[in-house]
Amino acid sequence: MNIINEIEKEQMRDDIPEFATGDTVRLAVRVVEGGKERLQIYEGVVLKRNGGGLNESFTVRKISNGVGVERTFPVHSRKIAEFKVVRRGDVRKSRLYYLRDRRGKASRIKEKRD
Amino acid sequence: MPKGIIGKKLGMTQYFKDDGKVVPVTVVEAGPCVVAQVKTTEKDGYDAIQLGFGKTKASKMNKPLKGHFASKNIEKKRYLREFRNYSLDVSEGDEVTVADFSDGETVNVTGISKGKGFAGSVKRWNQSTGPNTHGSHFHRSPGSVGAVDARRVFKGHKMPGRMGHDQVTVQNLEIVKVDAERSLLLIKGSLPGPNKTILEIKTVDR
Repeated sequence: MNIINEIEKEQMRDDIPEFATGDTVRLAVRVVEGGKERLQIYEGVVLKRNGGGLNESFTVRKISNGVGVERTFPVHSRKIAEFKVVRRGDVRKSRLYYLRDRRGKASRIKEKRD
Repeated sequence: MPKGIIGKKLGMTQYFKDDGKVVPVTVVEAGPCVVAQVKTTEKDGYDAIQLGFGKTKASKMNKPLKGHFASKNIEKKRYLREFRNYSLDVSEGDEVTVADFSDGETVNVTGISKGKGFAGSVKRWNQSTGPNTHGSHFHRSPGSVGAVDARRVFKGHKMPGRMGHDQVTVQNLEIVKVDAERSLLLIKGSLPGPNKTILEIKTVDR
């Protein structure tokens, strides 16, 4: 088991900042289109974090042209070029599935103040 | 003409490739193996080499095996496996390591699968179950074993019995990464058997 832990540790990224559900994050995702690579900005609310260690993933929800879009990324994915926490959210649940039923004003999240 | 190596399954994890794709991999501690014997058509009737893998003590071996190693003056190994028509040019006493393999090669892996004990026909032969509810009394039993006028059960009929612990070969797996420093192979997908299983890894000719 030790060697497996080592292999997993080597692959983990340490440049990902601390973040939690409810935070608004801005990601730069590497997209390959027609043989060329470019960065696509994706910004939204972290709906959940799933799993742990190397295979941990998170889901970001945003409203794009009036349609709700959810994308799930591995936390340690090589496709994430930049990761920025824009706003810390104050939420009481670890999974914000209730946001799916809400629109506009109702889907606001309080900002966390330390 | 394949090349091959003996390895020990360590477990599964996932690996991030350079293009960003995540692949499930099995980690195998492969080699270093020692060439214990070279068999030739003239002498033995077929071409093969015998590889040895794993540490052992002289006290754990029987006399014929001790003599086998002593006559060639090579280090004693715990597991011996034969590989036919070996492609690497090796002689007795040489070492085969993971460095002889490269990323992206296709391999077949042979090992002993996990034992399942005495299994029913649903698990062993993928037969369908009956309904669990709605007054059904037919759940997971094997059902009919044949017609009445035959007055016997035909040979090879699928019935419950011992399952697993068989030799299984998984074909056409990709070597995702070779770690020569720790003598590890990361092979895409799952491999037969529980962790610590001894596996034969052979490359596939294209």
